[in-house]
Amino acid sequence: MKRIVYREWRIPPTRYWGILGLLAVVIGLGGLAALYLEHQGHWVTGMNNFVVWGVPHVFAVFLIIAASGAVNVASIATVFGKGSYQPLGRLSGLLAVALLIGGLLILVLDLGRPDRLLVALTHYNLRSIFAWNIYLYTGFIALVIAYLWSMADRMGLAFKRPIGLVAFGWRIALTTATGSIFGFLVARQAFDTAFLAPMFIIMSLAYGLAIFILVLLFSFDQEGRPVGEQLLRRLKNLLGVFVAAVLYFTLVYYLTKGYGAKNTDLVGWLLFGGGSYSVLLWIGWVLAGTLVPLGILWYPSTRRDCRWIAAACALVILGGLAALYVILVGSQVYPLPIFPGHTILDSGFLDGVKVGAASYRPTLPELLLGLGGVAVALLLTAVGVRVLQFLPESLADADLPGDGQDPDAPAGASKASYISEISAG
Amino acid sequence: MMKHPDETIDHGRRAWFGLAAGVTAAVAAPGVILQIASADPDPAPVTAAARWGLLIDTNKCAAGCRDCVDACDRENGLDRQSKPPSQSPAAWTDQKAVWVRKVKLADDLTGRVTNLPLMCQHCEHPPCVDVCPTGASFKRADGIVVVDRHICIGCRYCMMACPYQARSFVHEPMHDQLTQVPRGKGCVESCNLCVSRRDHGLASTACADACAAAGKGAIVFGDLKDPASPISLALRAMPSRQLREDLALNTGVRYAGV
Amino acid sequence: MARVLMSIPAWGCLGLTLLGLCWTLTAQDALAGDAPRFVQPGSRAAALGACVESTAFMRRNHMELIKHQRDATVHQGIRGTRYSLAGCIDCHVSHTPDGQPVAVNEKQQFCSACHAFAAVKVDCFDCHSGVPRGGPARSSGGQGGGVPEGDLRGSGQ
Repeated sequence: MKRIVYREWRIPPTRYWGILGLLAVVIGLGGLAALYLEHQGHWVTGMNNFVVWGVPHVFAVFLIIAASGAVNVASIATVFGKGSYQPLGRLSGLLAVALLIGGLLILVLDLGRPDRLLVALTHYNLRSIFAWNIYLYTGFIALVIAYLWSMADRMGLAFKRPIGLVAFGWRIALTTATGSIFGFLVARQAFDTAFLAPMFIIMSLAYGLAIFILVLLFSFDQEGRPVGEQLLRRLKNLLGVFVAAVLYFTLVYYLTKGYGAKNTDLVGWLLFGGGSYSVLLWIGWVLAGTLVPLGILWYPSTRRDCRWIAAACALVILGGLAALYVILVGSQVYPLPIFPGHTILDSGFLDGVKVGAASYRPTLPELLLGLGGVAVALLLTAVGVRVLQFLPESLADADLPGDGQDPDAPAGASKASYISEISAG
Repeated sequence: MMKHPDETIDHGRRAWFGLAAGVTAAVAAPGVILQIASADPDPAPVTAAARWGLLIDTNKCAAGCRDCVDACDRENGLDRQSKPPSQSPAAWTDQKAVWVRKVKLADDLTGRVTNLPLMCQHCEHPPCVDVCPTGASFKRADGIVVVDRHICIGCRYCMMACPYQARSFVHEPMHDQLTQVPRGKGCVESCNLCVSRRDHGLASTACADACAAAGKGAIVFGDLKDPASPISLALRAMPSRQLREDLALNTGVRYAGV
Repeated sequence: MARVLMSIPAWGCLGLTLLGLCWTLTAQDALAGDAPRFVQPGSRAAALGACVESTAFMRRNHMELIKHQRDATVHQGIRGTRYSLAGCIDCHVSHTPDGQPVAVNEKQQFCSACHAFAAVKVDCFDCHSGVPRGGPARSSGGQGGGVPEGDLRGSGQ
């Protein structure tokens, strides 16, 4: 078994700074959007008193659940003992922290009073799942940084497995709590279900892995580092399983909601009568985000080509954004069942429609804020792999450890020879 | 849950600067006759002895009448909101703050039309209070559900949780607020049963007064815990219900004839 | 010689500290000299010798009093006490020659003048009115009392 050597990302400076510059421009636009929003107030967004969470929250929730999914790659090695995933652990941890920071930044900058962030950190209502999430998010960042240390530092080696186990449990708790932000909303028909927590977990696995593979393929391709066919096959098969599982959860979610008479109208509207929301659900979420990538990942002539696999990952990511748009916004525009069995003729909201939607037209600042968060996550990742040793030099199949093997562990060898080997390497 | 303010004020803070201030005060004080500005005595904190609520008799609520809504707007300075010049009127309708909505309903089966005002229902177990991360959304001892704007961070999770679409987010910078009703951009607000009137010991709410003044008397305000109060007597005399009874929130606002 | 050289920084430090002390005291003196300008002529406060506590105490602690009172008011419904913000504004608001109140947070008015001097942002007036407007609650079918309505409505209506 070969020892894994990690190296900084050594692409030509012009290309590296070009990438950073591009990301910095997107971040700058996002920052300007946030300032504009804070100065003008939220009237410059499409959000209103009926659709209170919009595009920024779609991006934020997507990044947050993708973060917990990204760290899953490290868990596969540490917790489940799959040796060939061992070299991927560091990038997995870095991506998880970067994505979470990007997502949280969007969430915080969209607050009505972002200047009161300190209040959110000093006043807690422990009945609120939102307050728990503040602990879970900050704890996750700390835990994953410790996880990275245990993976990268010889001193931390003994702690890698315990920290990995805790991190695995923590990420399950985190995604459960993120799903429960919506699942606990008893007043809204589309939410109010425990099902959203496991559904968010399975979504996190799919979207986190899609982002991970995309970043891995891009960074390795830029520098000409090899990615083994075997490893790629395992990664894309895993992605296929996760994407199919999301489809299964989606199906069960709508079947369960639609079965009872009280929610039939809602599900019928979302699936067929919801205009752009139905289009996004079918074309964005189901077709482009699920079926097409599944086809690419398993069709004989595309499944080995890393360009096709990258395309499938991109589609899964776009489909994930569409899915969260439908779940978050679609569920809000549908009227609340305040007066079941009645039609509101005149009220100032949703008048004269039996089944109809509140209006929500996202505006440019919202979109820029969301993209800014994505760019922050990518910038942190790019800087991280450039200045620190996150990426393994080779992922060629011959260089990968087998299952149950941990190349970092000084198995058999005396500590002294191990240390000398490391310092020589 | 809620962090209550420290009862004591730290007088010893920054003692050194205090000394400096003392020196300046000694310089400035001569020739000035100390006279303390007058103020009212401290009233007692609200207690759970009362629970404020409303009874809406929809049979008396007239179609097209908006007196309660207008009175609420005047009482709380909501009529002082102004549409940002470049915003479209349609978008503004959904964004401006509304504490009471006049709702006209038709029964899908019978076609019977009902009119009613819809506002915060002042639940005993308010979902908005449960979900608020900072504890800004809270229930006073006397049952009134209020937002403490000083610790509201504007996350809008309470608006997601409210079953009655009762809450509004202030989307635009505010101006010309009333002294009794501070309001500002970036916080969530809703009907507070004219909380300032409660603290000044007044008998009723602006909406109930306006409804009575219009000769309708469809809104009865009062103490649900006092068996002799008009609202308790009326609730005993006529059938009424809560909106979204299935959620078991035990609302403080009850409706008759829906 | 070496000992003397070494002690030069120590003396320098002490000297600087003393200089700083003197400067702080003079600055405080200057502040005291400026103070009457902050209490606006024509406001009710200008005719009074002291605020609800001594001037020195108020200068240091007014925010603590207001913050304490704000929690008591919002959570416990205790209003109209001597530390109420509405009381501050009532007393410290100045008026234009034709009798219109000028908001305490407007430039060179009571709150803003001193806060600009101390470079401390005031958060109160994002929500609170800087002039007495509408008066205390009274049972009048929702009409605000106190000051004439039309005169106080902003031009942005």
